[in-house]
Amino acid sequence: MFGRLTTDAFKHEASQNAAVFGMIVTGIALIFLITYFKRWKWLYHEWLTTVDPKRIGIMYIVVVLVMFLKGFADAMMIRLQQVLSVGDSQGFLSAGHFQEVFSAHGTTMIFFVAMGAIFGLMNLIIPLQIGARDVAFPFVNALGFWLFAAAAALNLVSLAIGSFARAGWLAYPPLSSLQYSPNEGVDYWIWIVQIAGIGSTLSGINFLVTILKMRCPGMTLMKMPIFVWSCLCSTVLIILAFPILTATLFMLAFDRSLSMHFFTTDGGGNYMMYVNLIWAWGHPEVYILILPMFGVFSEIVPTFSEKRLFGYASMVFALIFITFISFIVWLHHFFTMGASPFVNAFFGIMTIIIAIPTGVKIFNWLFTKFRGRVHFTSPMLWFFAFLLNFTVAGMTGILLSVPPIDFQVHNSLFLIAHFHGMVIGGVLFGFFAAFTYWFPKFTGYVLNEKLNTAAFWCWLGGFLLAFMPLYMLGFMGATRRLDHYEADTGWHSLFIIVAIGAVILFCGALIQFFGLFWTIFDRKAHLDQTSGDPWNGRTLEWSTASPPPVYNFATIPVVATRDPLWTLKHAEEDPQEPEYEDIYLPKNTAVPICMGFLSLIFGFATVWHIWWLGALSFIAILLCLIIRLSGKDEHILITAKEVEKIETSLKNKRALNASYHLT
Amino acid sequence: MHHTTSHENHALHDFREESFSNTIFGFWLYLMTDCLLFATLFCTFAVLHSQTANGPTSVQIFDLKLVFTETLILLLSSFTSGLALLASLKNKKSQMFLWLGLSFILGAMFVSIELFEFNSLIFEGASFQRSAFLSSYFTLVGTHGLHVSFGLLFLAVLIVQLIVCGITVETFRRLVLFNMFWHFLDLVWIFIFTFVYLMGVV
Amino acid sequence: MLIFSGLMLLIILIMQPLNIWHHGENIAVLFPKGLIGVEERNLLLIVQALMLVIIIPVYILTFVFSWVYRADNPKDKYDPDLVDNFFAECVWWGLPIVMVAIVSVLTWVKTYELDPFKPIESKNKEIKIQVVALQWRWLFIYPEEKVASLNFLQIPKDTPIRLEITADAPMNSLWIPQLGGQIYAMPNMKTELNLIANEEGDFRGSSANISGEGFSGMTFITKATSKEEYDKWIALAKQSSKTLENKSYQALALPSMNRETEIFQLEEPNLFNKILNKYMQME
Repeated sequence: MFGRLTTDAFKHEASQNAAVFGMIVTGIALIFLITYFKRWKWLYHEWLTTVDPKRIGIMYIVVVLVMFLKGFADAMMIRLQQVLSVGDSQGFLSAGHFQEVFSAHGTTMIFFVAMGAIFGLMNLIIPLQIGARDVAFPFVNALGFWLFAAAAALNLVSLAIGSFARAGWLAYPPLSSLQYSPNEGVDYWIWIVQIAGIGSTLSGINFLVTILKMRCPGMTLMKMPIFVWSCLCSTVLIILAFPILTATLFMLAFDRSLSMHFFTTDGGGNYMMYVNLIWAWGHPEVYILILPMFGVFSEIVPTFSEKRLFGYASMVFALIFITFISFIVWLHHFFTMGASPFVNAFFGIMTIIIAIPTGVKIFNWLFTKFRGRVHFTSPMLWFFAFLLNFTVAGMTGILLSVPPIDFQVHNSLFLIAHFHGMVIGGVLFGFFAAFTYWFPKFTGYVLNEKLNTAAFWCWLGGFLLAFMPLYMLGFMGATRRLDHYEADTGWHSLFIIVAIGAVILFCGALIQFFGLFWTIFDRKAHLDQTSGDPWNGRTLEWSTASPPPVYNFATIPVVATRDPLWTLKHAEEDPQEPEYEDIYLPKNTAVPICMGFLSLIFGFATVWHIWWLGALSFIAILLCLIIRLSGKDEHILITAKEVEKIETSLKNKRALNASYHLT
Repeated sequence: MHHTTSHENHALHDFREESFSNTIFGFWLYLMTDCLLFATLFCTFAVLHSQTANGPTSVQIFDLKLVFTETLILLLSSFTSGLALLASLKNKKSQMFLWLGLSFILGAMFVSIELFEFNSLIFEGASFQRSAFLSSYFTLVGTHGLHVSFGLLFLAVLIVQLIVCGITVETFRRLVLFNMFWHFLDLVWIFIFTFVYLMGVV
Repeated sequence: MLIFSGLMLLIILIMQPLNIWHHGENIAVLFPKGLIGVEERNLLLIVQALMLVIIIPVYILTFVFSWVYRADNPKDKYDPDLVDNFFAECVWWGLPIVMVAIVSVLTWVKTYELDPFKPIESKNKEIKIQVVALQWRWLFIYPEEKVASLNFLQIPKDTPIRLEITADAPMNSLWIPQLGGQIYAMPNMKTELNLIANEEGDFRGSSANISGEGFSGMTFITKATSKEEYDKWIALAKQSSKTLENKSYQALALPSMNRETEIFQLEEPNLFNKILNKYMQME
């Protein structure tokens, strides 16, 4: 009746019990608070059933912040264990538990923090930057979010019920096959990633169509902001790469649930095929993550240098070049798997080639600053941190792409230092930059600058301390994922330094969370006193109020140049009085959250072999879909008069804000 | 409810037209992702098709006569669904339902034959658990069959919608999407027929 | 801000030579003891140096531009519409292309030269050792000498060692960093690693790919000695009371985290091939 779920699944080690207890207490507190403030209806109508990408973007960010805490806690546990577990001491985590922790760390950070960050940004920024009112497929967009949230929930459930995978964030067979991982851990991993992946694919399709089909009049492809270009390339990668992951995960699931022989050691299975497939997805995936962040910096550097982006066409070409090449480099993740020198050398050279466009982008950003006026506000500080940390990681990437060098440092802490430099230095700092840059647009408040700066120092210094020594550790023969090592390796002192760095990073994160709460708590002091444009922006989103009205633009803008707002600000004619028209927007719907919830049930049931529940939830998902796709296109109407009213009140509010500034 | 003036009708019309072309484009993109999914399964089949683990080989288990019949049935089903779309364009409802009904029956025949084929293979001891070759064969062909089954569900629901609501903007759009899906599955089947069955008995 | 961040970078930079000075020979990849490791290290240093040619200017420009063009006290003129410069683009597309071309040629040549499957040329005859990654130990089989060793590898110095590697376990990776790079040890597959020790010593070896609970304990010592010492050890092993054939191998292959070393007389000379083909024989 309950498949293979027994009460044993609820028994854990102390640290896990503490985490579960924390989750339950937080959940109960939330439910209590919402009930106390009588906000259930508001929550349902304004957030849970919304199809407004601005709201969906905020929900993505909320999930990202929660999962970031979880992934960070995993990281602290890893480093603490590695400081304690030397020689005769075994640390505080058993080997198996340690392996669950680092597998969860990678899975959480990549699929929930990084992917969530880019989808959150796409939802928030793309419609505004292209002068559109909405995305192409609001329902699919919402569904993509709720699948993402369901997968995140399943991830948290795996902490409480049963155990997680112990085979790393990519679960290579044969280790992840039934033969060596018989319990539910790898199944959790499969379905968490599968559900999140399907959500990503749907969202990717949505944003690709949005960018290609819904730009405002006059905004040709070569007039789009570079952020939109970078998202365009990222969504192309999503559409081409994620199906590979979907198919591969199904095959692994079939091996484990139906005793098939895709990747088994017996029956003719070929586990090396899995490695190839998973990285054929995996390499484009990392470009999916970094390209939007390159786009973010391409918005921030011009704004805070008071100068147009240098080499627009060059940047676009570099993005497209990276997009194509990213599909022919995947083997560099396993040079040591015994391929012929021809194969290894080919992929090595392809990998080195992809460094060229990235380098070009860095030069373009630097030369945007050339003869500009550079302001070191928070977003620009994060760009600076990116330059310092990402560049060195990129350099070590070139080292790793030369196979004979890779033979010595593959799977060592050298590799860890490299990719964390890319993901933290590039993706995370890009996200922090975007967060501080666009926070005022969606809330009307500017984050506390002092706290942001303090956080920046912690992250910059902490990162250097936590990751630079890893290069040396890799040279000393330290492999990744070790839960214990001998005292005579001489690694201990470096592990201590690295742990100190991790603590400093943790302080940085704490300061950021505190900064967020402080800004909300002391709202009045942080009010954005401009008319929604605190940074003197250049692109269309800064022309709306903060937060923008539900329809974004009362009249669809018509553009003629790049940086259209900049052109408008320096235009000679006065802007005409707008002529308001009726606006149709899609209606809210409860179907996406229902389908998300049912997917959670489906994933859980499949993991625990509760087949009847799995079948039922699957049928329910189909029914939801049929119900949704049987209705008429429903929409809400905002009449021209209502639009005029909203616009007038926004104008008055802006005048009021500005007057605060004068007093 | 709200009375729409001609001005509002215009905005609504624009809204619907835009969403129509966007939906078709979006569905094409979805089909591309599906294509890549199948491509992955094809690649896997290519790598594993000779790994028979001393068990049944493709020469031993493939019945080309049956497969040829399946192919004809599916191609015919695709043809009739196209005729249904043409009929709907001319608003010839009864013809449309005739062709749609035939498409459904033919599609259902295809799935039945495939299920029969799978069942007899499993009974003979050539199940998907026997070897990597059989796992990849069952998964590739089975995934196609599963898509066809979902297509049949899509078609059934669509037929009901057409009966209840007639040919509207939404139902017509769904008919176009169904046709795209159905023809796409035909295309995948051609590849399966060629690279799995024909090359498997050579 | 610039000064502080510059200081941070400087500290990290200084830490590197300090680390090297403090840990010295412990830094296996930088102070290898065998020809392959030496070649790989030299390649690393060359590519690193080439990369610094691009990287150092980037860092300099980052700091200089941030200083010269800062809004509160700029040191140069303001040119808000300076958006492209053909010469500049040529330089920063061209220089990296040249650099990449150089590194590519180097990559091509060296990947062939340092192919792990390529035998090492030497006046000394090579020794073939078969390696099996178990859960969670390493078994070294000497087929010609008819001995086997668990968790311990002894080799004579200045002699090419041809390691043929497989696994009776999930994917592992055989890595002796002081001698050279690693290669995966995988069930059903045979990989090869050709190494040579040019100095005597005890070199740490480990598994570099996660293979289950006991993976971090999969360390072993590679002892490189003179030829006489090596012959003595072989002779000792030949007199071992323990024998290794199918049955005793089955016991050995059971999951275990026992770190002890053992030596055996090899009574099943075809053991490695039997393990290699284990899954094919099961069908």
